[in-house]
Amino acid sequence: MTTMVDTIAVVGPTALDDLESEAVYILREVVGQFERPVLLFSGGKDSIVMLHLAVKAYWPAPVPYPLMHVDTGHNFAEVVAFRDRRVAAAGVRLVVASVEDSIAAGRVADRPGTSRNPLQTVTLLDAIVAHRFDAVLGGARRDEEKARAKERVFSLRDEFGQWDPRRQRPELWDLYNGRHRPGEHVRVFPLSNWTELDVWAYIQRERLEVPPIYFAHERKVFRRDGMWLADSAYLARRADEPLALRTVRYRTVGDITCTGAVESTAGTVGEIIAEVAASRVTERGATRADDRASEAAMEDRKREGYF
Amino acid sequence: MARSLLRVATAGSVDDGKSTLLGRLLYDAKGVLADQMDAVAAASRRRGAGLDLSLLTDGLRAEREQGITIDVAYRYLASPHRTFVLADTPGHEQYTRNMVTGASTADAAVVLLDVRHGLTGQSRRHAAIAALLRVPHLVLVVNKLDLVDWDRSTFDRVADAFRRYVAGFGYADVPAIPVSALHGDNVVTPSARAPWYAGPTLLGLLESLPGGADDAGTTGTDPATPAPAATLTGPAPATAAAHSAASAAPVASEAPAVPAAPESSVAGFRFPVQYVVRAPERDYRGYAGRVAGGTVRPGDDVIVLPSGRRTSVEAVETYDGSLPSAGTGRSVVLRLADQVDVGRGDLIVAADGAPTPTRDIEATVCWLAEAPLVPGRYLLRHATRITRAVVDAVTGVLEVTSGTLGPGDGLRLNDIGRLRLRTADPVPFDDYAQNRRTGAFILIDESSGATVAAGMAGPLPWAATRTVPAGSAPG
Repeated sequence: MTTMVDTIAVVGPTALDDLESEAVYILREVVGQFERPVLLFSGGKDSIVMLHLAVKAYWPAPVPYPLMHVDTGHNFAEVVAFRDRRVAAAGVRLVVASVEDSIAAGRVADRPGTSRNPLQTVTLLDAIVAHRFDAVLGGARRDEEKARAKERVFSLRDEFGQWDPRRQRPELWDLYNGRHRPGEHVRVFPLSNWTELDVWAYIQRERLEVPPIYFAHERKVFRRDGMWLADSAYLARRADEPLALRTVRYRTVGDITCTGAVESTAGTVGEIIAEVAASRVTERGATRADDRASEAAMEDRKREGYF
Repeated sequence: MARSLLRVATAGSVDDGKSTLLGRLLYDAKGVLADQMDAVAAASRRRGAGLDLSLLTDGLRAEREQGITIDVAYRYLASPHRTFVLADTPGHEQYTRNMVTGASTADAAVVLLDVRHGLTGQSRRHAAIAALLRVPHLVLVVNKLDLVDWDRSTFDRVADAFRRYVAGFGYADVPAIPVSALHGDNVVTPSARAPWYAGPTLLGLLESLPGGADDAGTTGTDPATPAPAATLTGPAPATAAAHSAASAAPVASEAPAVPAAPESSVAGFRFPVQYVVRAPERDYRGYAGRVAGGTVRPGDDVIVLPSGRRTSVEAVETYDGSLPSAGTGRSVVLRLADQVDVGRGDLIVAADGAPTPTRDIEATVCWLAEAPLVPGRYLLRHATRITRAVVDAVTGVLEVTSGTLGPGDGLRLNDIGRLRLRTADPVPFDDYAQNRRTGAFILIDESSGATVAAGMAGPLPWAATRTVPAGSAPG
């Protein structure tokens, strides 16, 4: 029987060092191969680790490209406050690509009562074109979801931003190939080989600050599709969805209307690590309504250009 | 016990039960979580079958629909003793390129056989590819022992045939594990059904293998566990007969010859420069990169290639501070003692045993693109340098299952062949046998940017017998 202590011990310094060195190598390849990179930064734990790795990779020079947040407008206030604080501390420019602007411009239609998560794809692709970004760095991990398990570290997108899993470039050794034609861009995933547990172990080791909603707190929530969703101005409750006061935390940080909370008493990073190690549900399965739509929900969204 | 990361490539076909084996490994080692299992159970029910663990790894819609693995899937597993990255590669011949991809970064390759079928052409190919890519450790898993009533002699026969075969590729004492992936015997949990087997489970074996962060990128550093031996100066290099047989027809497939000489040495410190780090306000100039072989310490004498300028290492630095040394796999910034001209694409190497930059390369190449090789110009990426290259000639096509070189003047998708290349600029290749990172290259199609070939500089890992036309003397 694997005990909790054993499970925590697996993420030894050597494995984390290896993952860090690999991610730093990938981040440096981006500067070596591209003209106009951007790093996606939501204020979530994966992007926090990404920004920290970028600071390390380019030291003693500053991070040589901007950050971008694709903002659905349906945010957790604590996360936006954290985002702005962290960006200011890092001295990096933040581009906010707003789904609300896309709606106002008629690029996408808001459908009340549904999540804005799918709409992010249009906003993201429009921003990539507008800023002529040629490399888009994301914190996606292969352990998150089965379509992502097939994702390359350097993932070419055509001029429509689309991903074609059957036409991916073979990726050999650490010879990442970022060549692309005008209009195409490359998504780059330095955390490909990290797991959720690795991310938390790294946050603990590097003493990184994360938004408070990752820790257990009391919140008014209601039950929908087997998840606890936050009571917010953005999401209408149905008559059969009574509010309850629960001690919860978030395993992922996304759009408030489709990101579920889990019941938890974990108040420290160490307690989160213990909880994740013992967890029997993936973070996306626990907390993302949008991935539950079908067996291939993530694959379909990725094909269209989602992160 | 090492707690490093171990990268493992698995090869075998759906019919051998490879996806089931991986699913079992992930499930029994608790690398699979409840919602993933629920999804697999629901999908299995829709297909009218029992619980199908292969659905855990076949992630793309087309794979599930066709019941095959198309692409390399990466899975993650942490045991109490080690962290694993599993590259699950498809077994079918039309996906050879995917197996080459998975094997290129692997510390260990797990080859799976169905005990009822024994050593098939497909499993010969898997072992040969692991040897070509110089995966340091090979592990044989013999599956479906439940279907032969756990008969020891059947297992021994299959394991012996495999060991005899891979000895020709330089793998000695390959561990073989009797398994039932379906029922979980000897995958993570020791089986009571094979009292005659005293060895470790698959997970136990993978936990105990040397490798990972400290020696990734080099082979043969551990004398206790022989890596594929290299015939660096073997008497019958595969290229020797390359010019004579363009019109040759194969006669007989011979088993590959036993390597003539064991690997003699491993290349020293290698450091491909990714870019120059400048912080003008601090008057700082350093070279960012990841150690691709050996170890570097302040004071070490180094040579910058291809220029050949000699200097020494002033400091090995990171965001977290200066280091007394940095080993293979570590990302650092090097400061050099002298103001020398260094930029992206340069290779900083130990002053002793530096490779000689060359414009003429003999290499083994796996063709990865749908469009066949066209003699002519490609881009070649070696370490962090891109240069133009011209394919002079295809000097042989590998009959992968037998390890022999046959005639051929072209390469198509999934072919593995021998090439002569000429580069526009001198490139400091190591022999791939000495350093998997600085011996490797890719070819890129200049117009599409696609990666079209994976290349390994130097001779084949075995002394390949070349087939010659009947009745004519070899040239």
